Amino acid sequence: MSGVFSPTRAKIKERTLRTDKWWLQPLITFGVLFSFIIYATFRAFENANYFVEPLISPFYSPCLSQACVAGSTIAGFTPVSAHVLNFALSPALIILIFPLGFRMTCYYYRKAYYRAFWLSPPACAVAEPHEKYTGETRAPLIFQNAHRWFFYAGLVFNVFLTYDAIISFKNDQGQWGHMSVGSLVLLISSSLLWFYSLSCHTCRHTVGGRLKHFSKHPVRYKLWTWVSILNHKHQQFAWYSLAAVAFADIYVREVATGAWTNFYFF
Amino acid sequence: MARNIKLRIWRGDSTDGGLKDVVVEANEGEVVLDVIHRVQATQMGDLAVRWNCKAGKCGSCSMEINGKPRLACMTQVASFGEEETITVTPLRAFPIIKDLVTDVSFNYKKAMEIPAYEHPKELAPGQARMEQIDVERSQEFRKCIECFLCQDVCHVVRDHEENKKSFAGPRFFIRIAELDMHPLDMLKNRKKTAQEEHGLGMCNITKCCTEVCPEHIRITDNAIIPMKERVVDIKYDPARWLGSKIRRREGL
Amino acid sequence: MTIERHNYDVLIIGAGGAGLRAAVEAREAGLRVAIICKSLFGKAHTVMAEGGAAASMGNVNDNDNWMVHFRDTMRGGKFLSHFRMAELHAKEAPDRIWELETWGALFDRTKEGKISQRNFGGHEYPRLAHVGDRTGLELIRTMQQKIVALQQKDGRETGDMESGIKVFAELTVTDILKENGKISGAYGYWRESGAEVLFEAPAVVIATGGVGKTFKITSNSWEGTGDGHALALKAGANLVDMEFLQFHPTGMVWPPSVRGILVTESVRGEGGVLTNNLGERFMFKYIPDVFKDKYADNEAEADRWYEDQDNNRRPPELLPRDEVARAINTEVKSGRGTEHGGVFLDVSKRIPAETIKKRLPSMWHQFYELAGVDITKEAMEVGPTCHYVMGGVEVDPDTAAAVGVPGLFAAGEVAGGMHGSNRLGGNSLTDLLVFGRRAGAAAAVYVKSNGKNPVSEGAVAAAAAKIQAPFDREGGENSYSLHAELQEITHNLVGIIRTGTELKEAIEKIAEIRKRSANVSVSGGRKFNPGFHLAFDLDNMLLVAEATAKSAINREESRGGHTRDDFPVMNDKWRQINNISSFDGNKVNIREQALPAMPKALFDLFDIHELEKYMTPEEIAKGGSN
Repeated sequence: MSGVFSPTRAKIKERTLRTDKWWLQPLITFGVLFSFIIYATFRAFENANYFVEPLISPFYSPCLSQACVAGSTIAGFTPVSAHVLNFALSPALIILIFPLGFRMTCYYYRKAYYRAFWLSPPACAVAEPHEKYTGETRAPLIFQNAHRWFFYAGLVFNVFLTYDAIISFKNDQGQWGHMSVGSLVLLISSSLLWFYSLSCHTCRHTVGGRLKHFSKHPVRYKLWTWVSILNHKHQQFAWYSLAAVAFADIYVREVATGAWTNFYFF
Repeated sequence: MARNIKLRIWRGDSTDGGLKDVVVEANEGEVVLDVIHRVQATQMGDLAVRWNCKAGKCGSCSMEINGKPRLACMTQVASFGEEETITVTPLRAFPIIKDLVTDVSFNYKKAMEIPAYEHPKELAPGQARMEQIDVERSQEFRKCIECFLCQDVCHVVRDHEENKKSFAGPRFFIRIAELDMHPLDMLKNRKKTAQEEHGLGMCNITKCCTEVCPEHIRITDNAIIPMKERVVDIKYDPARWLGSKIRRREGL
Repeated sequence: MTIERHNYDVLIIGAGGAGLRAAVEAREAGLRVAIICKSLFGKAHTVMAEGGAAASMGNVNDNDNWMVHFRDTMRGGKFLSHFRMAELHAKEAPDRIWELETWGALFDRTKEGKISQRNFGGHEYPRLAHVGDRTGLELIRTMQQKIVALQQKDGRETGDMESGIKVFAELTVTDILKENGKISGAYGYWRESGAEVLFEAPAVVIATGGVGKTFKITSNSWEGTGDGHALALKAGANLVDMEFLQFHPTGMVWPPSVRGILVTESVRGEGGVLTNNLGERFMFKYIPDVFKDKYADNEAEADRWYEDQDNNRRPPELLPRDEVARAINTEVKSGRGTEHGGVFLDVSKRIPAETIKKRLPSMWHQFYELAGVDITKEAMEVGPTCHYVMGGVEVDPDTAAAVGVPGLFAAGEVAGGMHGSNRLGGNSLTDLLVFGRRAGAAAAVYVKSNGKNPVSEGAVAAAAAKIQAPFDREGGENSYSLHAELQEITHNLVGIIRTGTELKEAIEKIAEIRKRSANVSVSGGRKFNPGFHLAFDLDNMLLVAEATAKSAINREESRGGHTRDDFPVMNDKWRQINNISSFDGNKVNIREQALPAMPKALFDLFDIHELEKYMTPEEIAKGGSN
């Protein structure tokens, strides 16, 4: 017997004496994240309905495969073959690892899924079911330390997705100066991604947190204060941006299949 | 406006023990520590409980109330329902001594393992100059009242006794962070030892320490994660590692 | 039964600011040191100090220096402080603060990066080094960590971190032992197990803090039971001027969870009004003649003052602390108090809720979180609360050595003399550091020249018998109820306003409780048994209460923290006298002793007209001793 049932501890047989609904939060987290994973997996393999002039789904952008549908690439830049070992490669699979990796190693999501998926612990002061625990000291979890590389990659993606949002201010003939619900959707999702990235703990560390003397670096101190304010809301940005990206993809898909019509404001 | 409330208090020692039901009077505005004291004075003269300042400043009356690690002096009786039974147990991460008192010596041992502050030799007393913005981060951590609720709630040791030898716990991660961010501290290898000796890598940032901190110190966001990032700088970031070999970078 | 034995050079009782500072000094002098604390390491009452530590560093105003600080301290103590202690304190305080910085303390900073200093009552210049409102915690933590640093050094040298300094937490000392008239050690028990422990040490430093728990309403924690005062008395030392207790006029009295906790003066400064149970704003009745020109005698004018301070007199709620405390006390004693023995302090009627939360955030939080009282909606019940004891062990100022007991030292609140009849805010934190260090250093010198002084088996047996006694009695007195009775007596009869007849009654009643306390019995076992712990604390508190009451009846004047209704003014004769308490084994005896006169160099620091208010013409003519 280990943990709270160790022989030296007060003899209490309950795993927890909490009387509140401590299981609710991890349950919701599990439900939402699990649904997202199922949907994202389906979409990543679908390899269709990700582009409709002028909108591209964030799951497929930037579209780098020779298999990308016409108009979805960036000036025809397609360095990746359409097939790998006779396997038809969805363009999403090439790039999803980066945003996925960013979220997987994110300091907020780690908390969320360690609790909700791994029950380590399910909630505070609720005994976890595992016999052994080594945390993030060895493979594979030691790779959580690669968060900053995914952060850098995430910034590059944000640039692409912002670019996508900008070029969506066209009509379906490719003419500038128009705005549709789709452009709004892409604009919101790419903006929230910026907020999510810039509020990240690694970002906070990089812009100034790593310094010992703020007073010697006034500009970085200022940046650090701003990022710190955003960082307070990192959890919210994580969820909002996830929802926004998922909705952007759904929106593009529904418009591409013809189920929804992309309404133009002007 | 006194009323009777139902308490379940864990009584016992290292050999055995269990929850005992008591009914005790509670007055308006009282905190859980008050009613425990009333139980002590009127029904259980030998009920063991630690306390000191009764104002949330010393961190002595740490216990678990309805399963949550809390300070008894900061927990209002009125925060529970009229008919609700309030369950009070000792901290469940530390060895029991008696009733609500546990052996918290683990924490004092860990305190002795964290290398002390090292003042610059050339700075005589009174010569130190520090900017307010440079001391503020460390000052947040020095608010710690050492109630050890964070140590108690942390599943790394709460749920795994065997980790106690290799894991310093949230209270001492903020101590390490405090020193690493101290504008004058001269000791160089705090990041490395944090990871290699004090078990920073064991933390999976599930934030329970922050949730229970009565001083509202943002333990995870402001100390543990920044320390993890600093460790990445020296151990897991090839670019930074190379950079630090080429020229000495401030902060490393 | 074999008892646990330890052998040290210096034994320090009390792990607050003074004890830890003494420990550091003694260890740095190369001695082996044991630190004993009643609660866990780092929980001492020092953590409650909020305002700051007074030291004339001159960081904010460079006109400040030790001489100004010395004058402020003497004036605050109404010229009853031991001049030499006040002098040493004022001179050394800055060094003690700077030293903390070299140990890692992080005080709030000025723009130039120096330690910031704030204004405080009675201090002429901004003088209090501080960290927000948790300066005491910073002091304790810094020294706690300095001790760890010394232990790590010892660990590197000897392989055992506890070879030079060891902390014995949750241990109560019941006796200080002597052999051949000199200190030989101390005896006590682990609170956790009840097991007895013998410490052999030729030098003992007492640093146990205050006596607040002797009183019903106090800002002190359970530890403030006057252990050091009583231990010193029993070991043959003297207490000086035990009648001087600092009562803060506004402590909470209800709900019980916050009883005694301070309500800051700024509540009244912001417009808080004191009323009795008739709803009467009673302070107008209590304006002394000398203040008539400065304080409003009607509500209309008092209310206008908050808007226009130039053309109106101040509201009487803002009279000096002792006046307000006296007024509240009179109202309650005349039956116009609240149900729980206080008066109402209300900000909710005068100030909008938002403003209260903005101007008094910590007060609002304190009551909301600790007591569930929303001060924006309801009145607080307040009454005077026992805050600090100025009296204490009579010591030699330079060495902190207890007079009359070789090998015994005392520092901090437990030592007397430094603050005279009234302590200035901020002076206690530096008092701890200055005299804690001096006590540690002097103990080291003493041990080096005197060597060991082994404890005899007879002394051990006697001390052990005392600890066992309450378990062997059956059906005796309950220590909780005796404690409550004692607190009732001190509260009603030895409180903030005293009279000869009441003090006489108190002395008789305390003696009676003392008699009954000899028959205290304890239920349950020895293991962490609070009833058992209280039995020993009670004994100490009774001795302190007796010394306080007897000193109070002897001093026939009102000065600082001692107010006699029957002798309402200061008396020059009494300014030259210390009340010395000693213990003959049965009772406390008081004798009068001349207060040493200031040397000319210090005398000349004052304006002669100021001294004339306090001193006799003969003293003035003499111009200080030489």
